[in-house]
Amino acid sequence: MNILELKDVSMTYGTVKALQHIDLTVGQGEWLAIMGPSGSGKTTMMNIVGCMDKASDGSVVLDGQELSKLPPRGLTAIRRDKIGLIFQQFHLVPYLTALENVVIAQYYHSMPDEDEALEALRSVGLGERARHLPSQLSGGEQQRVCIARALINCPKLILADEPTGNLDEANEKLVLEILHRLHGSGSTIIVVTHSPDVGSHADRVIVLEHGKIARTTTGALLHKSA
Amino acid sequence: MFFRIIRGGIVRQRRKLLLIAITVMLGVSLATAMLNVMLDVGDKINQELKTYGANLNVVPRGASFLGDLYGLEDGAGVSDKYLAEDELGRLKTIFWAYNIVDFTPYLEAPARAGDKDFAFAAVGTWFAKTLDLPTGEKVTTGMRGLKSWWSMDGEWPDDARNDQAVLGYVLARRLGLKKGDTLGYSGPDGKPAAATVTGVFNSGSAEDDLAYLPLAAVQGMTGLDGLVRRVEVSALTTPENDLARRAARSPASLSAKEWETWYCTAYIGAIAYQIEEVLTDARAKPILQVAESEGAILGKIELLMALLTALGMACSALALSNLVTASVLERSTEIGLLKAIGATDLDVLLLILAEILLTAVAGAGAGYSLGLWFSRIIGQAVFNAAISVSPTAVPLVAAMVVFVTVLGCVPAIKLLLSLRPTQVLHGR
Repeated sequence: MNILELKDVSMTYGTVKALQHIDLTVGQGEWLAIMGPSGSGKTTMMNIVGCMDKASDGSVVLDGQELSKLPPRGLTAIRRDKIGLIFQQFHLVPYLTALENVVIAQYYHSMPDEDEALEALRSVGLGERARHLPSQLSGGEQQRVCIARALINCPKLILADEPTGNLDEANEKLVLEILHRLHGSGSTIIVVTHSPDVGSHADRVIVLEHGKIARTTTGALLHKSA
Repeated sequence: MFFRIIRGGIVRQRRKLLLIAITVMLGVSLATAMLNVMLDVGDKINQELKTYGANLNVVPRGASFLGDLYGLEDGAGVSDKYLAEDELGRLKTIFWAYNIVDFTPYLEAPARAGDKDFAFAAVGTWFAKTLDLPTGEKVTTGMRGLKSWWSMDGEWPDDARNDQAVLGYVLARRLGLKKGDTLGYSGPDGKPAAATVTGVFNSGSAEDDLAYLPLAAVQGMTGLDGLVRRVEVSALTTPENDLARRAARSPASLSAKEWETWYCTAYIGAIAYQIEEVLTDARAKPILQVAESEGAILGKIELLMALLTALGMACSALALSNLVTASVLERSTEIGLLKAIGATDLDVLLLILAEILLTAVAGAGAGYSLGLWFSRIIGQAVFNAAISVSPTAVPLVAAMVVFVTVLGCVPAIKLLLSLRPTQVLHGR
């Protein structure tokens, strides 16, 4: 069963064609890596799939819901209910503790539940750091708070934009372990990355070039070629 | 959670929010000071204007009729109508008794200076007469208060001394008299009399050619004991409005409710009406030039205050707008993040507005206190009296704070609504 279907999706900014006629399906529980050089359309695709932007043309169906016809408010609701976002720059609210940064996602989704949020932090190894402010956490810890926040509302799709881009090797390993664990528990994951190492963990890898899918491979093959 | 985010936002941005609070504080302090002065300025300016003379002239009804019909003035020997001196205390018993600041009676008589055979007008009056009111209270009234702006070289006479007088400087020059000299004169009864000149005044008007004596002295020489020709009254009044003008044109045109409103408002016409109710056969005529000037001055000062208030609040709104917009720009990543994790535009809007409004309320509280202090300073410096704290100013200031804050936030709100998570979250 597919959780995501893109049919003939294009995106243009003025005269720039960021995405051209993309057809893509992502199955439930699949780990997909989107790779490609800068300017290839990875971020544009992430924005469209993450309901933060609308495609100029084509159809995007997420969990059976057509996104291209939804108003901004509808896209916000989908983003809130079905997607967990992880960013390269961590993006935590600086004056809220790690725990509050997780609770805030619950607050906008449904009802805040601190115990549940604490459990999510424990699941990423940050139970002891729950009351710390982002400024008191390392980059790796901040990214793990982001992952806990992305998971707290049990999203259908986890969308990670360069999740290890700003991390050292040890922290990259930790984050990838968490993603593996999530994948193992049946979560669907889409990771946008430059890194072949990160891409190699995916079930499937698509490589974008000039807004088009240039090739499709598997993580295992990518690992071998790397 | 909502309040935790707000608290966090306030603590983190305390410097910027402090600037916003100071901006609101300055605007509110100006508005509070101006509003308090504006709402209290009527009485203060009225009191100031009262120091420049009477605004009501009370005459016997018949004399008034002759004057109105034939243009005959008091003291011309055309009327034998007088007011009773012993009724004058009743002026302080009317509904607007406390608005009657001063009053004094006049009784004119022709006189001749003894040695020079020079004709002049002698006017009997009260200078600082203490009256026992029917209410048991005592009140001191007379020319000393009513003509306080006159320049006096010397002292006002004692009401109990019939041998004292003050002269206008023109008359004093003609008679060759100065303070301390003795004025020899004879009245209509032809009996010679003498009075010590206790002072020479300059009023800048026709009164400079008159001699003022204690009322009893002139009553004695004219044989009009206990009578006066007219009374000048200085009253604190409310500026004329449409209701007052309609009442002046035709009292019958007022409905019962309007009549009650008019009667219970210190319009010059209402006070005149009440004076006529307590004095026998009297007609109280507003000196309209004075009354209307007071209204015009008050109106202009109130307009000036209102404009200053509006200007102050507009400046605050402008400064607030810049500060809030800068704050939203600075927090664009945070706002984008909130939107990305599911906050709607309304959620974010409420968050920012609540934060700014709380800050504005804190600034407004400080501004209100500062404004009261400003109004006290203005009151002391301009009116030499305290400006009373007007409860009406509180809701007005509160409404202005909300209005100015929301107005100042409009550009930031537009920016905030247009902010898309994709613009701020990728960091590249």
